[in-house]
Amino acid sequence: MQIKSPEFKQNARIALQDANLQRALGNLKAGFPQKRAAAVARLPEFDQLRDEARDLKNHILEHLDLYLEEFEKNVVANGGTVHWCRTAEDARKKILEICKDQDAKTVTKGKSMVTEEIDLNDYLEKNGVTPVETDLGEYILQLRKDHPSHIIAPAIHLNIEDVADAFHEHHKRPKSNDPAHLMREAREMLRKHFVAADVGITGANFLVAETGSTIICTNEGNGDLTQTLPKTHIVVSSIEKLVPTLEDMTLFLRLLARSATGQEFTVYNTLSSGPRRPGDQDGPENFHVVLVDNGRSDMVGSEFQEMLRCIRCSACMNHCPVYGAVGGHSYGWVYPGPMGSVLTPQMVGIENAGLLPNASTFCGKCEEVCPVRIPLPKLMRHWRDKEYEKHLSPTSVRSGLALWSFFATRPKLYRLFASVGNRFLRFKAGKKGRTSKLPLASAWTDHRDMPAPSGKTFMQQWKEQNR
Amino acid sequence: MASPRSRVGLFVTCLADMFRPEVAFASVKLLEMAGFDVEVPERQTCCGQPAFNSGARHDSAAIARQTIEAFDGFEYVVGPSGSCIGMLHHYPELFAEGDPWHQRALDLKSRAFEITSFLAQHLDMDKLSSSFKGKVTYHDSCSGLRELGVKRQPRELLSKIPGVQICEMEESETCCGFGGTFCVKYPDISNRMVGNKSENIRATGADTLLAGDLGCLLNMAGKLKREGIDIQARHVVEILADMASTPAIGEAEKRS
Amino acid sequence: MSKADIFNRIRGGLHVPSDDSARRAAVKARLDARQRNLIPQRAQLPENERLRLFIDMADEAAAELIELHSAAELVGTIENWAQENGIAHLVTASDEQIKSLDWSGNGTLVLEERVAQVGDEASLTSAFCGIAETGTLMLYSGQESPTTLNFLPDTHLVVLRASTIVGPYEDAWQMLRQATDGSMPRTVNLITGPSRSADIEQKLQMGAHGPRRLVIFLLHGE
Repeated sequence: MQIKSPEFKQNARIALQDANLQRALGNLKAGFPQKRAAAVARLPEFDQLRDEARDLKNHILEHLDLYLEEFEKNVVANGGTVHWCRTAEDARKKILEICKDQDAKTVTKGKSMVTEEIDLNDYLEKNGVTPVETDLGEYILQLRKDHPSHIIAPAIHLNIEDVADAFHEHHKRPKSNDPAHLMREAREMLRKHFVAADVGITGANFLVAETGSTIICTNEGNGDLTQTLPKTHIVVSSIEKLVPTLEDMTLFLRLLARSATGQEFTVYNTLSSGPRRPGDQDGPENFHVVLVDNGRSDMVGSEFQEMLRCIRCSACMNHCPVYGAVGGHSYGWVYPGPMGSVLTPQMVGIENAGLLPNASTFCGKCEEVCPVRIPLPKLMRHWRDKEYEKHLSPTSVRSGLALWSFFATRPKLYRLFASVGNRFLRFKAGKKGRTSKLPLASAWTDHRDMPAPSGKTFMQQWKEQNR
Repeated sequence: MASPRSRVGLFVTCLADMFRPEVAFASVKLLEMAGFDVEVPERQTCCGQPAFNSGARHDSAAIARQTIEAFDGFEYVVGPSGSCIGMLHHYPELFAEGDPWHQRALDLKSRAFEITSFLAQHLDMDKLSSSFKGKVTYHDSCSGLRELGVKRQPRELLSKIPGVQICEMEESETCCGFGGTFCVKYPDISNRMVGNKSENIRATGADTLLAGDLGCLLNMAGKLKREGIDIQARHVVEILADMASTPAIGEAEKRS
Repeated sequence: MSKADIFNRIRGGLHVPSDDSARRAAVKARLDARQRNLIPQRAQLPENERLRLFIDMADEAAAELIELHSAAELVGTIENWAQENGIAHLVTASDEQIKSLDWSGNGTLVLEERVAQVGDEASLTSAFCGIAETGTLMLYSGQESPTTLNFLPDTHLVVLRASTIVGPYEDAWQMLRQATDGSMPRTVNLITGPSRSADIEQKLQMGAHGPRRLVIFLLHGE
């Protein structure tokens, strides 16, 4: 996927003016945050669970290598295979190789952000394997040659007319604007793919070391059909999704759905532990787990390690006023919102994604709702530190800051500077008490007035009162 | 209650100094009402947050050292801003453990309080007397709310003033879009956020908007004025100190 | 090799000492203990309230629930239900509970023991247990319980014995380990209500790819 994060500002401007997008984003605001709040209110232990989840994730990350070893051992004991992929390219190649070994023509896919991250679909297609997305949202996007704008509600940026148009064009059926009808149509169209697919690819919400199991949490049941019907099931997951035991997985399951959609529990939580057993009448004959690193091992031990606690619930973006205003595509890569602003620079490089960690008011709402208490503003600030260290921040910002710091560390000069500025602003405002135009401050005055100081600076007045 | 005449160093904040001196005067009045000796150290400037949030750690550390020194020896450091006091609470992050400045930063942090939470703890609230009358709505500024837990304190204080009627707005805890340098780095997004905010403010039917942070107040007042919405914006201490007779933020003349 | 590379980076980041025994011991302890984390009060109710909670939560999750007071009522109830809902054909699991049912042979309902196929109207399976906390069913795969039965048909009928309803998920894991001698079945399904999606404009629609209806026959007593 082409990285468009450097164009964040333009993307955002266009998004803000896109009436259809704004209408679609309105659905998000009215939905997830309120449902989450209701679910949290019903579970008095919610905050305690968050503390435990944070601590458990920290323990896991401190022992990640060992839990990964245990996980692999148990997958193998279950009759499956684990593939280790350091880079996105390694992962793409490995997955294609497994598909080719199976002589696969089509693969069905459950919803997986890691496969977006490694840009799997394009690669498979170019190499003669047709991927079919089966999550309703992802299916709609695939028809439209579009990408997810949200990690759990991929088509949140679309309105029903967009879906109706896409279905009409691709299914060659009479157009309908009824969501129930559209869903029935998708259900019907996808049935044949589920059965015909040679390989099913799913992600994983968690990997359980104790049992060598992978788990997917879905509401539609598409993931289950994807992994049960084809001869081969490939789980694509990133390495930080590990949990020690079923009991530990349970802790996260209690948090995940509530934080994400505000559901008490996801409809289908499905554990997979290897291929079909002797005597089984259905289920895949081959079971592969492709573990993707793609920069994560570099985060271990770094100032960004806490980001690896993320369980991909989307609460941070659901509650982010910036995401809510501009939508996920503005962020220009796979992961949007606050979690994306921390992950993207790690995965595509700070020189490509430096704007993202800056696109936050640090209002702290994301951290407030994060089920594993990731200090997202702090981590975004760490990226700003790095950007500054590497001289990647714009020269105007750097020189402005340098000048300002020069004054701020010289109190007497600072007083002088403040009183001159104060007088200038009062002069500009005249008797109106505010001004609607200021040199060098159009970013402010294009949209709002600049209130004028109500008198001399406090420090001047304080001195004059001889206090 | 305060021990006899404890010394409070007022952290004026650069926005109060520059734009709204009455906020600092009101703070002094309230702190004195609570029984403190208030001083205004000369060597203070700004808390350094713009540098800190822009990744300029070297500059922020220099400012932090200056602020730490300026407020040495005060029992308390109080400021009329959750954001700036929140920044003082970040100072320990700027110094490595073992660096003597780290300890001094921790020490400052333990003494630094946002004004409404400080008053809620130290002021005999029955002493509050204000002639202010009106329907007010209160915006919870992000740093104060989430970093310092400022939520009930300003409302508790306001509830002691008979003329105040609080009309809560929808999404009072949602960011107004100021965000320090954010509002000029991302003006379009900031504008959308403050536009949403002014709509929520307008919908309450309040005649006065209150908050505890001048950054947010300048942003929201500027937007309300631009949109021609007739709501006055003030820092909460102006009401608490009965100093709301001067024009509100961005207003020209005192209105009848 | 990728694996070694990944492990080196992780260990380097963590500054793992050459003597790794303390970390290894911590991991082994955690894996062996299978310690429970915090369990909400809601999941720890006495038996009668637990049952009530299961019923309420299953209802909230849009499962349909029919209560029965003896196994003898099961066949008749299912047949009636099928007739009322115009269902003539059931694919069934072949576990003991289902096999032992003595279908009355009133002739209208055709039963077939097999895996599910596209086009199947309805399936009948047994649940391993119920979890009151969220009105969740636990089923697992085996020779007698194909997984496709849980997902392909339009309607999924499940027999659940009230005596198997536990409070928290943790109790279900414990029961599962006992039932399977500690080895994980190929698939464990936790099912809470019928399939759904809100991918179009965030408006919830029931019946996405899995069953449109989930009907629980809750069997009280033994």
